[in-house]
This record gives sequence, C-alpha cells and structure tokens, in this order.
Amino acid sequence: MSIDMSQFHQVFFEECFEGLEAMESGLLTLDMGDIDSEIINTIFRGAHSIKGGSGTFGFTVVAEYTHIMETLLDEMRDGRRKVTQPAVDVLLGSVDCLREMLTAIQNEQEVNNASVAKHKAALETVLNGGSITLETVQPVDHEVASKEVVTATVEQEELVELEQQGWKIAFCPYLDLLKTGNDPVRLFRELNELGQLTTIVNIQDVPGFYELDPEECNISWDLKVIGDISGDEIKEIFNWVEGDCEMEIQPLAAKTVKAPPAAVKEIDPEPVITTSNNPAPKPVEVKPKVVAEAKKTDSQDTDNEAAKTTAKASSIRVDTDKIDTLINMVGEVVITQSMLGLVGENFTMDKVGQLKRGLAQLERHTRDLQQSVMNIRMLPISFVFSRFPRLVHDISSKLDKKIVLKLVGENTEVDKAVVELINDPLVHLIRNSLDHGIEMPADRVAAGKPETGTIELKAYHRGGHIVIEIIDDGRGLDKNKLLAKAIEKGLVEENNLLTEKQIFELIFMPGFSTAEQLTDISGRGVGMDVVRRNIQSLGGNIEIISELGKGTTIAIHLPLTLAILDGQSVAVGDETYIVPLVSIIESINITERMLNKVAGKGETFRLRNEYLPVIRMRSIFNVHSGNPTKSKEGVLVVVEGQGELCCLLVDELLGQQQVVIKSLEANYRRVEGVSGATILGDGSVALILDVPGLVRFSIR
Amino acid sequence: MKADMAQEAENKDTDQYHYSKNLDNAVQYLSFALGKEEYGVDILRVQEIRSWEPVSRIPNVPCYEKGVVNLRGSIVPILDLRERFNLSKAEYTPLTVVVVLQTGDNNKTRIMGVVVDSVSDVISVDKTEIQSAPDFGAKVSNEFINGLVSVNERMVMLLDVDKLLKLEELDQDEN
Repeated sequence: MSIDMSQFHQVFFEECFEGLEAMESGLLTLDMGDIDSEIINTIFRGAHSIKGGSGTFGFTVVAEYTHIMETLLDEMRDGRRKVTQPAVDVLLGSVDCLREMLTAIQNEQEVNNASVAKHKAALETVLNGGSITLETVQPVDHEVASKEVVTATVEQEELVELEQQGWKIAFCPYLDLLKTGNDPVRLFRELNELGQLTTIVNIQDVPGFYELDPEECNISWDLKVIGDISGDEIKEIFNWVEGDCEMEIQPLAAKTVKAPPAAVKEIDPEPVITTSNNPAPKPVEVKPKVVAEAKKTDSQDTDNEAAKTTAKASSIRVDTDKIDTLINMVGEVVITQSMLGLVGENFTMDKVGQLKRGLAQLERHTRDLQQSVMNIRMLPISFVFSRFPRLVHDISSKLDKKIVLKLVGENTEVDKAVVELINDPLVHLIRNSLDHGIEMPADRVAAGKPETGTIELKAYHRGGHIVIEIIDDGRGLDKNKLLAKAIEKGLVEENNLLTEKQIFELIFMPGFSTAEQLTDISGRGVGMDVVRRNIQSLGGNIEIISELGKGTTIAIHLPLTLAILDGQSVAVGDETYIVPLVSIIESINITERMLNKVAGKGETFRLRNEYLPVIRMRSIFNVHSGNPTKSKEGVLVVVEGQGELCCLLVDELLGQQQVVIKSLEANYRRVEGVSGATILGDGSVALILDVPGLVRFSIR
Repeated sequence: MKADMAQEAENKDTDQYHYSKNLDNAVQYLSFALGKEEYGVDILRVQEIRSWEPVSRIPNVPCYEKGVVNLRGSIVPILDLRERFNLSKAEYTPLTVVVVLQTGDNNKTRIMGVVVDSVSDVISVDKTEIQSAPDFGAKVSNEFINGLVSVNERMVMLLDVDKLLKLEELDQDEN
C-alpha cells in the first residue's frame, strides 16, 4: 500500500503553478462593478485543487493557507461577500505567497514563515472584516449555498480550535466512493496512526443481497479518534474523499452526534457485505451527489483550461492531434521504406523509375516527419504573454498611471526554447513602455489623448518568423533628445548626420539611458543593449518605429525554431559555410575591380547608390586553401547584421538547404563569427555564420 | 574501412599483455606514443579510439585545435597533442589515431578527440609507484602531467585529462 508519493511531486507542482496562473489571470480580469461568477469559479477551482493536492502530499502549510483563501473565495462565489479591490489585491498577494511557498518546497528549501504569516494575517483581516454579512444573507440563499455556509462556518471553527483531546467523525460516503478509487480502510488506517480509533459502522442502508452492487458503498461510519490531534490533521486525511462524501467532524466535547441509531458492529478492514433485509431508501443522497458530480466536472474543466504551464516547466503538454499526425507520418515512412526494400531486393535497371519515385516519396515524408516533430515543440506564445497583465497591473498602480494591456495573437505558436528565452527581454521592453513610454494621466489629457494609455502586445507569423510587437501610445522617442544625449555621452561625433533609424538604434548602445531620473523600474541604461544581444543570440532582430507624441512600436523578429534553419551554403576556399537565409538580402556576382578601397584599408561596394562595407571571408577566417586566383571573381552576399547592411565576399554559392543546428559549445566553445555547426549530407561538419557577430568581429 | 580501423585499434589494446598486478590501488592507463615519448591517460576517460579523418577547420583558433568532426551526430573538437606540447609536427597518415576522451567539469561532460601517433598499451599502474613530475623549469610545460611511471624500463607520462582539455584555458588562449 505504500506508494512513493515523491514521484508525483513534479506533476503536482506543475499543476499548482498552472492553477496559480489561472487564479492570477482570473483575479486580474475581475471587473469590480460586474462580477462574472464564472471567473470567480475558475479562481476558486484553482485554490481548491491546490488545497486538495497539497493536503494529499503532506504540504500542510500550503493546504492551511489555501484553505483560508478558499473560504474567502467561497463567500465571493456565493455573493455573500462583495468583491472589492483591496480584497483582490490581498488575493493577488496570496497567489504570490503561494508561489513562493511552492517554489521553496519544490527546491526543498525552508518556507519563509514570516512572509506566509504576513499574507495569512492580511487574508484573515479581509475574511473577518466581512463576516457580518454572512448570517444576514444566509436565509435568502438557495439550498446548496446554505449548505456550504454551514460547512464553511464549521471549518472556521475548526481553525480556531486547533488542539482537542479527540474527534468524532460522521463519515457517510456517497455510493460511488469506491468507484473513484478511494478505499475507506486506508483512511481509517491513517486515522489510527493519529490516535486511538474506534469505528462504528452503519449498515442499515445496505440493500438485500440480490440488489447489492458490490461497487457501491452503502455503508457509513461513525468514527471516534482519541488523542491530541488537530482538526487539520483529520481533514487532511479526508482531503481525498472531499466531494465524495458527507462528513461532519466534531470535537469530542460537543456531544451532538447526528448518527442514526443503527445496527452496530466493530468494523472489519474490508467493507462487510451483510445480507441485511433492510433495503432502506436513501432519498437524502440524491441531491448531494449531483453537487458532487458538478464539482467533478468543474475540476475537469480546470484541467482543460490549464493548458498554461510555467515557462520553466521541463515537460510540455502536447496536443493529441499533433501526436496522431506524427504517428501517421511514421506509418507512411515505414511503408515507403518497405516499398524501397522491395525494389532493392531484386534490383534491375528497369526499376530505376520506381526507385526514384520511392526516394522522392521518402524525401517528402521525411520532411513532413521533421515538421511534425518540430511542431511538438511549438507552444503558444500565451505562455509568455499571460504573465504580463499582472506586471502591467502592478507597475501601473505603482506609477499611478492608467494603462490597459491588450494581447493580440496569443495563440501564435513558437518553439519552446524561444518561449523560454524571450521572456526576460519582453519584460524589460514592457517595463520600459510602462515607465518611459506612457505618460502620467494628466499629461495625456493635456496632450489630447485618452487618459488611459494602451500597450498592445501582438504576436503573428510572417514568413518563417514570429514577430512580436510592443506598441504603446505614449510619448514616443524624441530624436533630438536622443541625439543630444548620445553626443553628450561621446557615443556619436557632433557633426555626424544620422538617419532616423540610426538615431533610434542609439538606445541599444551600452550605457545609454534617456530617462532624466532613475526609477527602480527601469532607466539604468544597462537594459536595452542586453535585450538586443539576447534577441540576436536567438537569431532574431529588433527594431524601433516611433513618432514623437504618438507612441512607439518595438518589433522583435524571431525564428520559429532554434533547431532548424534555412541556410545558404557558400564555398570559401575548400571550406563550406552556411549563411542563415533570413539575413541574406541578395547575392551579386562581382569581379575584383568592382570593389573600392577606402583609405587603403576597408573595402566597399557600391550597391544602388549606397556604399556597403565588404568583409572578405577568406581573410577574416584565414582560409588558405583553394585556388586563390578564383577570388578575383567572387560572389558578394549582401547580409543584414546589427541593423546594417554589409557584404560577405565568398567564392561561390553552393545551394540552399534546411540545416539542423548543432551546438559547438556542447563539446567545444563559442567561436567568434560562428553561431553553430551543422552536419552536411556527406557527414562533414559545416559552420553556420553568425552574421551580426561577424560584423562586430570585422570592425575590430 | 574506418570501422575496421577502430575495431583493430580496440582489439590491439585488449589483446595485448596486461599487467596482472591485482592490487587494490591499481589504476589502468591507456598509453600512446607521440614521437619517441610515451604518454598515458586514465582508461576510464577514454570513450573510443578512431582513425584520423579530415576535420572541418575552425577559423581563428590556436593551431593545435585542428577542427571539429561529426561523431554520430555530435560536434566534437579535435586537438593535436603534438602541437599542444610543441613537439615537431607529423604528417597525418591512415594510421594516425584519434583518442576520444571525456572530460567533466561542473557536472557537464564534454567529449574531445586528441590526435596521437599510435596507441600502444593498456597499463596497470600501482598508485604508489607514480612519481611526481620533476620541475623542468619554465622551458617545458608540465602542467598537464600528473606524474611519471616506469613500465618495462620505459617512462610513461600520465596526463591529467581535465587539465589537458580544460576549456577555460582554451578561452584564455583566445584572448
């Protein structure tokens, strides 16, 4: 009977964090004026399943804490308590506190008791503050509600009376208790461990032998536990069966036993099947059962809704559809393979056509297979987006600004690795928009804009890329101010003429900040260059469009996946390199004469009235192999890196192909100008060029 | 052909004479030759022995880092030990051997190949017989050498695999 519970811990924590996220987003969408009971239900379900789970796994701290939250939420759900902003804030705080607790437990650290106690106190204050309404509303409410009021008050009592010398428990399971996999004997055994247990079994509900369904539980029990046990310990044991039974827990002192006088028998560990001729009807049980079922479907709903995992989760949930597609594909591949095998068995030249067809089919299937495998790693961007409403809520109230966050295209799918790595840069950019972008309400009104600022977070696919845009309608970037600042900091020469784009690019320079005054939210000027570097390390780029007084749009382009890349293979001497196709603008055949030297050192190429710097791959990578005379003619690959165009001079273009990115760093180290490696069709290794890195490297 | 070679190399070190000193503190080393010198590495660090095959050059790295190869789907760097120890260069022949070694730093294992002239033997060494390497002064670097041991009148230099393949040092070289 002893199961190693720790194997379920990971799942439990994941579900808890999902639940917390659902609660958080629910709390944030609560509209003070018009309460949507469905939202409160969602939040309640979150709290409820965390409580149940943590009880089961013996995390009493969490269970106790959630219990208080649940009580509060329960009252809100029944309309016995008004949903107020302070209450919501306290609940949000509690969500944070729970998250801290769970993280601590997950990492096997000590739970920060001080902070828990603080949040608990806050919760209890809210709870007690509104307790007057409790009795007044009670009679008006319908049956189910009033029943819950009773249990709620009972539970509250228990919280107060923690220490008792013993407990009396009336335990009346519903008929389907056994079908849910619960075994009352286990409960009794656990109770027995707490203290001395006496059981009295009521079998008057057991039907006659012929009507008896062995899967139904027709027995109820009166239990008595003697010992110094807290009510919570008892409740923890019954956590599993909560919702599957009617239960009353009372301290022994209070002598109000509701148990009906009945056939009394010391219990045998197995539920005894007695051939009692007493087929008593059980009208009472019908209604609660419905409630129980309703509750159960609710919890199933939460499971479906909780398709949101924390970004750090090491496991992902995959749609069954995706797996089915994958299995189909594998089937196709197997069929093609056996077909090819058949062709190969007695091969004659007249089968060449068949062979070619088979190979073409295999190629197509392999590509599809690859695509469906990649699809499994794809997660909706909402994994990242879902945490921003909270961020905006917290920061805007801290800054006294009125800001709404609009999320668009949350279901856009992107590789899991991208999802994990894009979070920090996005947090930074959104904080920037909140802090610097959106003006104070008064300033906004003065500027003729609506008092409430809008930040739009938008994600969409565009040609093998995902684009994430952060659009605010704030004050926009002031070109002149930026330029003045850059000159003052010595980042730009005074008489330099810069394009608008180049000026905006300045904010990505290390050590650049336009905020006149540092806040703890942003403005230290360490961020934007790091943001850009992070995004570039993901193989993406970032650009800014801004209009003074109207707002700023920051667009991030990211590859959909980090595992596969469309590449152009180029030859440099005898070596092959891969240039990411996304960074290539165009390729031009040139001869040596078409290059111009600048100051005897740097070379440029004139492309449609623009002089572009040329990087000779041969010299930057010290390639000595191959026929050097060939470099008199070559191919210029015009690429974009760091937001600027430049040309790579290579010997030849070889071909375009999808390449699987392999890390160089796994066994080796980072190499300048190279972002990774891949294995070519002949088994040799080719390096993938890191275009922005190459540009940086060539400048040095 | 390639597989045969590797197989042959493996047979070579299992078939040959083993020292049967069954001491508790005996450690087994794989010995290999670089020119006339003989070196040994802890056999538990050896993943496999392969024949030399052309590598893909990595630009702008020290010359002893020959490049990377595809080892069953992972990218593995190949170091030339002759060049690492500043010995005279040797032509790569079909008999040149690459010893693939594992090194672990901070619970992450890396795999690297080192080019040696030939592998010679598996030797069992009593830990107590290992002598520390004498200080040759600044002229010869003995930082990679764990100790010396003599086997059949030959001196074998036992290498510290972790130090030999330490990446921080590679990174410093870059700077």
